[in-house]
Amino acid sequence: MRHIISILLENESGALSRVAGLFSARAYNIESLTVAPTEDASLSRMTLVTSGSDEVIEQITKQLNKLIEVVKVVDLSEAAHIERELMLIKVRAVGKDREEVKRMCDIFRGRILDVTDGTFTIEITGTGSKLDAFVEGMDKTLILETVRTGASGIGRGERILKI
Amino acid sequence: MSDKELNGAEIVIRCLQEEGVEVVFGYPGGAVLFIYDELFKQDKVKHVLVRHEQGAAHAADGYSRASNRVGVCLVTSGPGITNAVTGIATAYMDSIPMVILSGQVPTNYIGQDAFQECDAVGITRPCVKHNFLVRNVADLAPTFKKAFHIARTGRPGPVLIDIPKDVTAATCKFEYPAQVSMRSYSPVVRGHPGQVKKAVQLLTEAKRPVVYTGGGVILSDASAELLELVKMLGLPCTNTLMGLGGFPGTDPQFLGMLGMHGTYQANMAMQNCDVLLAIGARFDDRVIGNPEHFGQVPRKIIHVDVDPSSIAKRVKVDVPIVGNVKDVLEDLVRTIKAVDEKPDRQALKEWWEQIDQWRSRDCLAYAKTGNIIKPQWVIEKLYEVTGGDCFVTSDVGQHQMWAAQYYKFDKPRRWINSGGLGTMGFGLPAAMGVQFANPGQTVACVTGESSIQMCLQELSTCKQYRLPIKIINLNNRYMGMVRQWQQFFHGNRYSESYMDALPDFVKLADGYGHRGVRIEKPADVEPALREAFSRKDELVFMDFMTDQTENVFPMVPGGKGISEMILAENL
Repeated sequence: MRHIISILLENESGALSRVAGLFSARAYNIESLTVAPTEDASLSRMTLVTSGSDEVIEQITKQLNKLIEVVKVVDLSEAAHIERELMLIKVRAVGKDREEVKRMCDIFRGRILDVTDGTFTIEITGTGSKLDAFVEGMDKTLILETVRTGASGIGRGERILKI
Repeated sequence: MSDKELNGAEIVIRCLQEEGVEVVFGYPGGAVLFIYDELFKQDKVKHVLVRHEQGAAHAADGYSRASNRVGVCLVTSGPGITNAVTGIATAYMDSIPMVILSGQVPTNYIGQDAFQECDAVGITRPCVKHNFLVRNVADLAPTFKKAFHIARTGRPGPVLIDIPKDVTAATCKFEYPAQVSMRSYSPVVRGHPGQVKKAVQLLTEAKRPVVYTGGGVILSDASAELLELVKMLGLPCTNTLMGLGGFPGTDPQFLGMLGMHGTYQANMAMQNCDVLLAIGARFDDRVIGNPEHFGQVPRKIIHVDVDPSSIAKRVKVDVPIVGNVKDVLEDLVRTIKAVDEKPDRQALKEWWEQIDQWRSRDCLAYAKTGNIIKPQWVIEKLYEVTGGDCFVTSDVGQHQMWAAQYYKFDKPRRWINSGGLGTMGFGLPAAMGVQFANPGQTVACVTGESSIQMCLQELSTCKQYRLPIKIINLNNRYMGMVRQWQQFFHGNRYSESYMDALPDFVKLADGYGHRGVRIEKPADVEPALREAFSRKDELVFMDFMTDQTENVFPMVPGGKGISEMILAENL
């Protein structure tokens, strides 16, 4: 099963490689991983998407907690949460395709960030599956380049991850 | 705090002094020259010069295992630290508290592929509890404080501090922090009281209970508490390879070691119990064999461990208790006293009758007649000659298993071996560390002709420091355990396991300035041991020419269940 795990860790060099190293050393899979400092510059917040049986996920959270620089770990998928990912996608847009791409972009509530004679660069935000749907819906031959950030997640309501 | 500024190297030494470090095992090199210069100028911290950095790490490890202090080693950058990696990984697998100091190229050279540069924190990351690269001299003292704290608390382990050369030359004021507080690190000490109560209930209701303990009991110095608990409830107790000595080996309630080469009674009791109390042990593959087979028999499992990730990793657990083993055992004993309930006497009596029946198979029996020295016989005689009261280190292989099976350890920290990583070459340097931790005590290193050659150079260190270690070399001209597996599972094809062109160990010992003896007849075993152990000031290398065909029994083949043992009598 897919799990989205939030990690609060010390904003120190090496902390990221400890997390990444743990996943490769213990053969856990990483679907995506995002990390950036929080409002408290001494802390980084990481969102990690992984999958595995309940036993594997339990071990993943325990092993993450064991890392000295990890302050807190929470499995967001255990309760209601919000998940967003950002994608930048550059597509070939000439002739009648310009209209079609613009329409697709509107349907997915995307924004066109950059326009040239032959291309549009579009920003789309949403859950991973929404971004997948956009890529699916787009004519494959038009796609020039995609960049995805990986998912960021946060709990709904009063549920917070803080020290 | 004085206003005088110290350089980084002086600070390193001061930090070691503040931590009460008496011995550092090391080897100098370019990046640590300032540190060696400061070592030279003082006499509080003794430096032991090894002959290879792997030896430094194993010696610091052995020192820690035999003393419950943090072992410290000091190596230079590049090959210095890479040579130490095997020793660090060995300590990591067995949760041994150690601090490794490695020199690094100057900070402005890092990443430039400088001479003797390697990414020490990167290369050691998967085999340390934590590591640090100190970029600023002002960070040295706080880093040392944290490193020693992390190494010795919670589930202990090795911590590396990588120190660039310019940091050892830069100066700042020195103040050693009195305390350490880390928001991201606070290991649990006490077990949850509710869980302790549940455990006590299960234990007092048990009809076929077993206590299974590992290295955690030794690491947390909890043997006295374990003994009290086991005696109080009349339970059978078995130890893992790492746990030997945690419970007295000569006690009638001791079932022997369990696992791949465990006793018949220990493995049968483990498989057939209805309540299992696991303490400071981790159900690894060499202990329970195939977890599916182990899971076929329903039983309740209580698992006490300081590391939550050890719990429910390989088997499902009914009552997990996260906490320091010693504290949890104290709580268990106190709670049992308070509830004043005892296990079902009749059921326990029947369980012991069953266990005694298993015991009567006498699974460690072997043929003692003949003209060839049996390796088991050497260990039995070693036990007699040393009165069961010496420190025994071992390397890895058949000799290790025979030492574990036939030397009955009554005290903790007497049996020193590489259980997790299984590092050949561990025995001799570890014995050096043990000897430094226990001057004047008897230290034996049980080894084989293959293992001993992996860190043989340390015979020179032993000479320099007059370490009177007794080396028991069980020489069967084979990598015995490899040969055993090849015999059992690879159609007798002894691929590359025969040790040809062996050195003359007697001459070799002599060459290093020690006494060497070769023993070829069973009748000479005991006199040779007596003679060697009477020499209190001399290292004696005893080269026992043993039976080449001997195998270690019982044996649980890889992937089989713990009760699916091959016994000597079956062959």
